[in-house]
Amino acid sequence: MNEFQLTAGEIKKEDTGRERLTSSLLERINAVEDKIKAYVIKPAPAASAKKNSGLLGAIPVSIKDNICVKDEATTCASKILGGFKPPYDAEVISRLKESGAILWGKTNMDEFAFGSSTENSFYGATSNPHNLNYVPGGSSGGSAAAVAADETIISIGSDTGGSIRQPASFCGVVGLKPTYGRVSRYGLIAFASSLDQIGPITKNVEDSALTLNVISGYDPKDSTSADIAKPDFIKALGKDIKGLKAGLPKEYFTSGIDPQVKKSLDEAISVLKAKGVEFIPISLPHTEYAVAVYYIIATAEASSNLARFDGVQYGYRQINKEGIIGMYRATRGNGFGQEAKRRVILGTYVLSSGYYDAYYLRALKVRTLIKKDFDDAFKEIDCVITPTSPTAAFRKGEKIENPLSMYLSDIYTISANLAGIPAISIPCGFTKEGLPVGLQILARPFDEETLFKTAFSYEQATNWRKVKPKL
Amino acid sequence: MNYEPVIGLEVHVQLKTESKIFCGCPAKFGAGPNTQTCPVCLGLPGTLPVLNKKVLEYGVKTALALNCSIQPFIKFDRKNYFYPDLPKNYQISQYDLPLSYKGYIDINTDGSIRRIGITRLHLEEDAGKLLHEGSDAASSYVDFNRTGIPLLEIVSEPDINSPQEAYEYLTSLKAILKYLDISDCDMEKGSLRCDANISIRPKGEKKLGTKTELKNMNSFKAVRSALEFELIRQTKAKENNLKITQETLLWDEKMQKTITMRTKEEAHDYRYFPEPDLVPFVIEEKDILSIKNNLPELPRQKYSRLLASYELSEYEANILTSDKNLAEYFEIGAQIYKNYKNLTNWMLGAFLSELNNRKIAPENSPVAARDLINLLKITDEGKINNLTAKAVLTEMFNSGKSADVIIKDKNLAQISDKGMLSKIIDETIKENPSPVSDYKNGKENALMFIMGQAMKKAKGKANPKIINELLKERMKNA
Repeated sequence: MNEFQLTAGEIKKEDTGRERLTSSLLERINAVEDKIKAYVIKPAPAASAKKNSGLLGAIPVSIKDNICVKDEATTCASKILGGFKPPYDAEVISRLKESGAILWGKTNMDEFAFGSSTENSFYGATSNPHNLNYVPGGSSGGSAAAVAADETIISIGSDTGGSIRQPASFCGVVGLKPTYGRVSRYGLIAFASSLDQIGPITKNVEDSALTLNVISGYDPKDSTSADIAKPDFIKALGKDIKGLKAGLPKEYFTSGIDPQVKKSLDEAISVLKAKGVEFIPISLPHTEYAVAVYYIIATAEASSNLARFDGVQYGYRQINKEGIIGMYRATRGNGFGQEAKRRVILGTYVLSSGYYDAYYLRALKVRTLIKKDFDDAFKEIDCVITPTSPTAAFRKGEKIENPLSMYLSDIYTISANLAGIPAISIPCGFTKEGLPVGLQILARPFDEETLFKTAFSYEQATNWRKVKPKL
Repeated sequence: MNYEPVIGLEVHVQLKTESKIFCGCPAKFGAGPNTQTCPVCLGLPGTLPVLNKKVLEYGVKTALALNCSIQPFIKFDRKNYFYPDLPKNYQISQYDLPLSYKGYIDINTDGSIRRIGITRLHLEEDAGKLLHEGSDAASSYVDFNRTGIPLLEIVSEPDINSPQEAYEYLTSLKAILKYLDISDCDMEKGSLRCDANISIRPKGEKKLGTKTELKNMNSFKAVRSALEFELIRQTKAKENNLKITQETLLWDEKMQKTITMRTKEEAHDYRYFPEPDLVPFVIEEKDILSIKNNLPELPRQKYSRLLASYELSEYEANILTSDKNLAEYFEIGAQIYKNYKNLTNWMLGAFLSELNNRKIAPENSPVAARDLINLLKITDEGKINNLTAKAVLTEMFNSGKSADVIIKDKNLAQISDKGMLSKIIDETIKENPSPVSDYKNGKENALMFIMGQAMKKAKGKANPKIINELLKERMKNA
C-alpha cells in the first residue's frame, strides 16, 4: 500500500509512513492533479510537520479556498478576491495548526460556494476522480475530489445547503456537516451566515470524528458558536446501534429519486436492519418548500455578505471614469462570475421594500416550520436516513445552463442547514456507470455521536470505501 | 394664513466606551489614521462581530434616563448601502425592535415645562471617515478608526413647535447625556450629530405637511438657524402656492441657507434584515433594575434640589445645573462657604466669564472650588476689595497661583489703617478745594468725587468702608 492511501487513523495507530507521507502525496499529486484539478493552490513541497504529537500531528489537511489562512491567498475561487491575503487565521486553521496538522494547499470550489458541481470556479472546473467527464459535486468539489483521489489525507470544506455532503456522495468519501454552532465560522468567508458550517471531508468515519475533535468547540469570536461541552467523538465509534430508531421520511422517497440510488439505499437499509436498527416511516411535511425557502434566505444573506467586495480595500479593482459608482460597477461586474451575480440579484430582490414580507419574511416562517418538522420527528426517532442526493454525479456541462435543475440536486441536503441539525454522507454503493452513491444520516442538534456510531457501524459492515477510483 | 412648524430631531451620540461596539479596538478620538483598526472593524472577509456588553449597559442607562421602555428582546439588523467609508457595505444597526422606545424629556421653554416625546433609541456602529485630496477630489482616502465606534441614535417625536424649542431640547438632552457620563457630546469632534425634520401646517390643522430633512449642522445654534431658515422657506412656498418636495437638504453654514442634497426619488432602499452573525438575546429584569438603581442624579432632579437647598433663583439654578460639573463645583464650594448668594454671584459672573474667555470646561478649571472660596473669604474679611478680588481671580486663572500668594506678591492688600487713610484724606481735601466747598453748599454728589480721588491716591487699595466713614467725619468737621 502507498502512504498516500492511508487514513489519519491508520497513520496515528501504526505510527508509520509519516516520514514518507508528504513526499508520497506530492508524487501522487504530480501524477493525477492535471486530470482532477482539485487544487486552487497546490501544497508547497516544503510543507512539513511542525510536530508529530497532537491529534492531527504531521497529518496533511487541505483547506477549501473560502477559509482564511494567514498571509496566504484566499480567493473563494473568485476573480474578485485576486491577490487577497488575509492577515489572520480562521479559528479552524488555528485549531488545526495547534493539533500539529500540515496545511496542505487550498482546494477548488464553486465561486463563493455558489453551486453543486465545482464548475463555477474562476480557476476552472474540477473533475470527478471516478469518471473525469463527470462533476465532483459542489461546492466543496475540490476537497471531495482531493480526498477521493488520495491527493490529501483530510480536507476541510464548508456546507451551506449540502456543499460538503453532496460532493462527498458524488466522490465516494465521507462528508460531515456538524450542527450549526458546533464549529466556529470565524474566518470562513460567508456565503449565508445563518446556514454556513465548516466540516471535514475524509476517507472514512474515524477520520471524520478525529477531525471534528480538533476543529469543534466554543469560540468567543463567533457569537453563533455554541458554548456547550464537546464530547470525544472517537468514543462514539464502535458503539452498539441495536435498537436505534431511524426515520424514513416519505417525502424523500418519491418519483424524483434515481432508481439506482433507491436500490443502493434499500440495500443499505437492509445492512442497518441486520445491525438491529429499527426503521420507522415518518413525515417531514414541509420538505417540499425547503429548496424555495433556502434560495430566498441564502441569496438574501449572500447579497449582503458579498457587498463588501467593492474594490475599495482589497482584492480586484477596476476603475473607470465614472468615479466611485463606476468603480463599484466595473469591479463587481468583471469580478463576479455568472452564478454569483445571479444570486446577488436574487437576494437583493427578495429583501427589497415591497417584496420583503412576501419572500424573506415568509421564508423565515417556513424555515421555522421545517425545523419543527424535525423537532417533532426526533421525539420518536434517533436519526433520519435518506439518500444524500437524488442522483449520482452528473456530466460536466449537463446542468450549468439550467440553474433550477442544478439547485434541485441539493433537495435532500438543504433541510439540515435550514434546521441547523448535523448530517453525514457516507458511501453506500455505485451505479452501473461506476459512480458512487451516498447515504445521508441526520440527527438531533449536537448529536453528532449518533451520526458517527451509525455511520461507523455501517462502514464496518461494507466495503464501499475500499473501492478506489482508477486514475 | 398662520403656519406652525412641526419638528422632529434625530440625534446620534458616540458612546465613550473603552473599545468599539463589535471588536476590541480602542474607541478613542484623535489617533493617527487607521491605527485603531483590526480585521473585524475593517470588515475583512470571514470576520464576525461580537457585541461589547458595555455598549448595551450605556444604552439601557440612557433609555432609563429618558423615561423609555426597554425592549425585552434585543436584536440587530443590517442596513445595506454602498459607501467607501462603510467597509462591509452594510451597517449593523437596529430596525424593527430598537433597544428602547416611548420616552420623553421635559424641557424648559419660556418659563414653562414642555414634554417632548422620544420615539426610539437604538444602537449601531459608526462608519469611517473620508478624506479628499486636491480641489477636484482626485484622490480619496479612508480612515477606519471611527468604524465601529458605538453610536446611540435618539429619535424624538415631532412634538417640537419652534426652532428655539429644538435648541432647548438639544441642550436638555446633552445635559442628560453628560450627567450620565456616556458621551463627550462634542459636536465639533462629531461625537454628537443632529439631523432635523421639519414640515409646516396651518395653525390648528391636524394633518402633517410634507417634510424636509436637514443635515450638516455642526452646532445647536446651527440647528436653530437651519430650522428658522427652512421655516421661512416653506412658509413662503406655501404662500406662493408652490409645492414643497420631500427631500434631504444640507445646511450651508457660510451662506446661512439650505441646499438640496437628494430628493425622495433618490432615497435608498436599505433592505434591512436581521443580522445573522449576532444572536438575539434577552436583557434580564435584574440587570435593568441594577442599572436603574445606579443612575446618577439627573439635571431636573439636581435643579429641584439646588433650588430648594441653596436659596437660588430659578434662573441661577438653571444655569448651575446646565452642566453637571458646574453644579458639582458649586456644591463643593457651598460645603465650605455658607454665603450661597455671594458664591452664586461669583460663579455665574466672574468665574464663568473667566472659563468662557478661555474656552475651558468647569471640570478643567485651573482654579479649584477651594481656591475660589479662599478668595471670597479674604474679600469678606476686608483684606481686599471686590474690584481687586476680580483682578486676583483673573491672575489665579493665568498663573495658577493661590489668592494669598498673588495678593502678597503684588502688594494688593487693602489699606485699613486709619492713620494712613486719614493722611490720604487730608491730602485729598487740600488738593480739591472746590468740590469740598460744593459739598458744603449742599451738593451731595461732590462727596463721591472726593472719595474717588482718595481711592486713586490709595492706588485702589483703600478699604472703601473705612475711607467712606473717615471722609464723612472729616467733611462734617472741616
